[in-house]
Amino acid sequence: MLEVKDLHVTVEGSEILKGLTLTINAGEVHAIMGPNGAGKSTLSAVIAGKDGYEVTQGTVTFEGQDVLEMEIEERARKGLLLGFQYPVEIPGVKNIYLLKAALNAKREAEGLGEIPAPEFMKLIKEKVAFMKMDTSFLQRAVNEGFSGGEKKRNEILQMLVLQPRLAMLDEIDSGLDIDAMKVVADGVNSLRAEDRAILLVTHYQRLLDYIVPDRVHVLVDGRIVKSGDAELARELEARGYDWVLEETAA
Amino acid sequence: MSDVQRFLDRLAERNAQRGLEPTWIAARRQAGAARFEALGFPNRRVEAWKYTDVRAIATGDFTLARDAEFSPATAATLTLPLEAYRLTFVDGVFAPALSDLDDLPEGVALMPLSAALAENHEAVGGPLGRLTGVEFSPFAALNTAFMEEGAVVRLAPRTVVKKPIILQFLSRAGEQAVMSHPRILIEAGSRSEATVIEHHVGEAEAANFTNLVEEVFLERGAILTHYKLQEAPHQDLHVASIHVEQARDSRYTSFNLNLGGGLVRNDLVTELDGQGAEAHFNGLFYGQGRQHVDNHTLANHNAPRTFSNENYKGILDDRAHGVFNGKVVVKRDSQQIEGFQSNANLLLSDRAHIDAKPELEIYADDVKCSHGTTTGQLDEEAVYALRTRGIDEQTARGLLTLAFAGEVLEQVGLDVVAERVELAVAGKLPERFNLAGLVEAAVALSED
Amino acid sequence: MASQEMEQLVRREYKEGFVTDIESDTVPPGLDESTIAFISHKKGEPEWMLEWRLKAYHQWLKMTPPSWAHLDYPPIDYQAISYYSAPKRDEDRPQSLDEVDPKLLETYEKLGIPLHERAALAGVAVDAVFDSVSVTTTFKEKLHEAGVIFCSISEAIRDYPELVKQYLGSVVPQGDNYFAALNSAVFTDGSFVFVPEGVTCPMELSTYFRINAANTGQFERTLIICESRAQVSYLEGCTAPQRDENQLHAAVVELVALEDASIKYSTVQNWYPGDEDGKGGIYNFVTKRGDCRGDRSHISWTQVETGSAITWKYPSCVLRGRDSIGEFYSVAVTNGRQQADTGTKMIHIGEGTRSTIVSKGISAGRADQSYRGLVKIGPRAKGARNFTQCDSLLIGDQCGAHTFPYQEIGNSTATVEHEATTSKIGEDQLFYCQSRGISEEDAVNMIVNGFCKDVFQELPMEFAVEAEALLNVTLEGAVG
Repeated sequence: MLEVKDLHVTVEGSEILKGLTLTINAGEVHAIMGPNGAGKSTLSAVIAGKDGYEVTQGTVTFEGQDVLEMEIEERARKGLLLGFQYPVEIPGVKNIYLLKAALNAKREAEGLGEIPAPEFMKLIKEKVAFMKMDTSFLQRAVNEGFSGGEKKRNEILQMLVLQPRLAMLDEIDSGLDIDAMKVVADGVNSLRAEDRAILLVTHYQRLLDYIVPDRVHVLVDGRIVKSGDAELARELEARGYDWVLEETAA
Repeated sequence: MSDVQRFLDRLAERNAQRGLEPTWIAARRQAGAARFEALGFPNRRVEAWKYTDVRAIATGDFTLARDAEFSPATAATLTLPLEAYRLTFVDGVFAPALSDLDDLPEGVALMPLSAALAENHEAVGGPLGRLTGVEFSPFAALNTAFMEEGAVVRLAPRTVVKKPIILQFLSRAGEQAVMSHPRILIEAGSRSEATVIEHHVGEAEAANFTNLVEEVFLERGAILTHYKLQEAPHQDLHVASIHVEQARDSRYTSFNLNLGGGLVRNDLVTELDGQGAEAHFNGLFYGQGRQHVDNHTLANHNAPRTFSNENYKGILDDRAHGVFNGKVVVKRDSQQIEGFQSNANLLLSDRAHIDAKPELEIYADDVKCSHGTTTGQLDEEAVYALRTRGIDEQTARGLLTLAFAGEVLEQVGLDVVAERVELAVAGKLPERFNLAGLVEAAVALSED
Repeated sequence: MASQEMEQLVRREYKEGFVTDIESDTVPPGLDESTIAFISHKKGEPEWMLEWRLKAYHQWLKMTPPSWAHLDYPPIDYQAISYYSAPKRDEDRPQSLDEVDPKLLETYEKLGIPLHERAALAGVAVDAVFDSVSVTTTFKEKLHEAGVIFCSISEAIRDYPELVKQYLGSVVPQGDNYFAALNSAVFTDGSFVFVPEGVTCPMELSTYFRINAANTGQFERTLIICESRAQVSYLEGCTAPQRDENQLHAAVVELVALEDASIKYSTVQNWYPGDEDGKGGIYNFVTKRGDCRGDRSHISWTQVETGSAITWKYPSCVLRGRDSIGEFYSVAVTNGRQQADTGTKMIHIGEGTRSTIVSKGISAGRADQSYRGLVKIGPRAKGARNFTQCDSLLIGDQCGAHTFPYQEIGNSTATVEHEATTSKIGEDQLFYCQSRGISEEDAVNMIVNGFCKDVFQELPMEFAVEAEALLNVTLEGAVG
């Protein structure tokens, strides 16, 4: 589904990703772990098309199509959705506007018509309830005045409504207390499906107790230095990152 | 014939038709005419009119409407769908058939000016003209010369009016353009509370001239929320002077929501005369085509411990021209003042134009005053965030433009008004934005 | 050049240099064509210059003084002014510091003005102070080597008529405004600077070098031209209080920056503000304008205004060249009965033009001060940006501080931001300083200097230090 080959990315003149290669198949949940500054967030930002990241080498394809050539919104419509570590506040833009506009944009791209209003209402209310949120929140401006936990829930809510093919979640657990994390994890787990992939970027293993990944990759200094199954995450939690570094250096 | 003379001739014609009037009215009429004749229409060399050209008014030939006939079906489509007490004027003439004065609660007097004069003209003569005299502007003088109809709202002390009071001004399309010079007088007794909505709307082809003077007196502790919803047709000409006097602990909140009118000039002035008095000026103007919208506001801090806060936003498209001139004046010895002003504008077209002039004039030292004004671009970070959700760039920009207006509408307590304006803004935004459907969905959800 | 050397130059006075050698003479008060002819003749000007002056005079006759500023002063009788007075002869001046008003000397002391300069500033006969012109000679040689012309405007009219003809009045036309027209008709002094293509002026230029201790500057005319890629920094005025018998001052300064050129113009204005009732102070009506004619050109105005009874001054930038930059940094202090209406105009014409305005106003005593600014974005100025920060500080409850910014924006790609605040020195700030053992007066000075920091850091080093001291002196007695 997602194929990243030998990806080199430069930010403000310094190389952050130095030949990253990664393949994610439909139905899989992958977790990328690594120490601070390894380039974890850079990977998801590049895939989502954020400004200021220069790809100097390598390719990113999604279902055979060149992602790097796509407009930002085109990527989202094709099903590549990024959940931000620090979701931006957009004063005045109601959540409901964002959700409806985004959903209709996706449906249009898929050749479906606009969603009928009653159907939309039903869908929205169901997802809001699932995320244990109040409907009044739909009338509030996107992320404005939200607590850290509310912002993260909002990111997952958008995923539930937009049903991406590949959901990328950047440090989705940061700033969450345990209850909020459970709600977020339930949301993510409900997204697990045969035709969908999930990419988690995280610093801590804690999240992986709730969302058990199929594959775990260790990202160090711009490269994936080790891959394994969920067991690897537990090992990292117990032993830290140093042993991986040593092993790699050896 | 000179422009001024044409208006004076109309006045003479009207005066010849008038019956006997109380002497004070005749005297003020005369003073108004004399002042208007001396001043003439303002030109752009006058600082207060630097950015607004009133030639469209000065060179117009306007008669006075003789009746208030208006199709009830059309009126129904224009009127705000609100449970309210309502006074309706058609081209300045009182329209009893379109008014609703049933079951006025005790302590509330609501009537057309003509009725108030017939009932007790002396009670009107005291406050009328006390705040907006003929010196204020040539238009105030002209209004005084012509004044005969309008609205009188009186609230007895401690009267709390639950339903809003709507003053509806309908503009009619016709072969001959007409002018009206309405007077509004609001006297809110101590600790009374009310919401007054002034609504200007009309038939699309109308091209009339409204010259409004409004005086508002808030006694100690009175609370008034005052909407001015301007949805007049795009050929209508509109000049309004609103002057408020605030006693101790009173609170005046203005929502000046301007969508319509070809040429609109508002002067909103408050006199914060008593300690603890507060004024909140909220404004939103949206101009398109060749609309010209000029908002002048002035908060006079005449007493210590008074507060004013202003937030005006403008969106201008096509060849529209917007003017914002806000001023805070702190008089000598008015200590412990807070006065804040904020104005932000968005230009959607390269031929749109904004002139902004936020002013502070301060003669006391224990003050916290600030103003900020920005004209510029949408937040690119927000545009990006929306695009990562699959929303195309144009729609993202449209949403953010709507959100820009939303920051004022958020403060609006009456959902019917806020939604109406939001829908109007969404509809007015260039087609490429295509947002009306979204707003409708949100409205539907909130009504659910 | 080494800063030490620079310092020496700045700190020295000199005798001759650019002093225009004219026979002492005076004309009776009044202004008509013959007065102008007399001035022109005295200056040994060519015919075209006289015509230029007369054209200005005829325009001036048709004009009326501006009344829009937030200033209150009695009408000026322009026929009661003497438009030409020769420098004082040495024998009419104080012969030593002993003859100078001790109050003035006390101020010099507080400002830290070097001893040898005090005499010159106080108008002591020059010969009694200096005996060497060597510094000036070195200075002239260095400029000459670089190809920079720096002389009095009168000399320039005689020696570089083509340059003057090309540029004089090209930024501020004769009929620009009432005071500019008057200046154009009767100016008698001022500086001329020409920096040729690609040259960075090897030192900061200062009117300091040209003080001839006479009553200079009543109608000063300054013209600075930087050709492509040329750079200059120009310092006007000085921190020491300047007394002048002429009450009306109406200077004109024109700056022209061609492609990639950069002009930095710094002013410290400390003319006599008048006595406690405001009597006898200078009326300062100045027109200063820079024209960023070339692409990527850069003009920066920095001013510290502490003097004069009346200040009417709006140093402006016309941003014509693509990506050109205009800046205005200002500290204005008014105390006593002073009145100031000052600010700037940034006229954005070219694409990608940028401007920054930082204005700090301090009002104390019974003074009144206004910031008045215009930011205009024309239809061709795509992507133009302006940022304005405009703060006022009030000391005492009898003063006034006002802000009148005008923004005229006709381009949807422009970004214009304006922020303004008005406040007094916080009681808590004062208390905090005092509880640390700092006297109230020192605390006020500290806070005020902090308030002005953004502007002071734009000043050339040696000016900045003096400017801080100057602020403290100006605000003396404002507290308590």
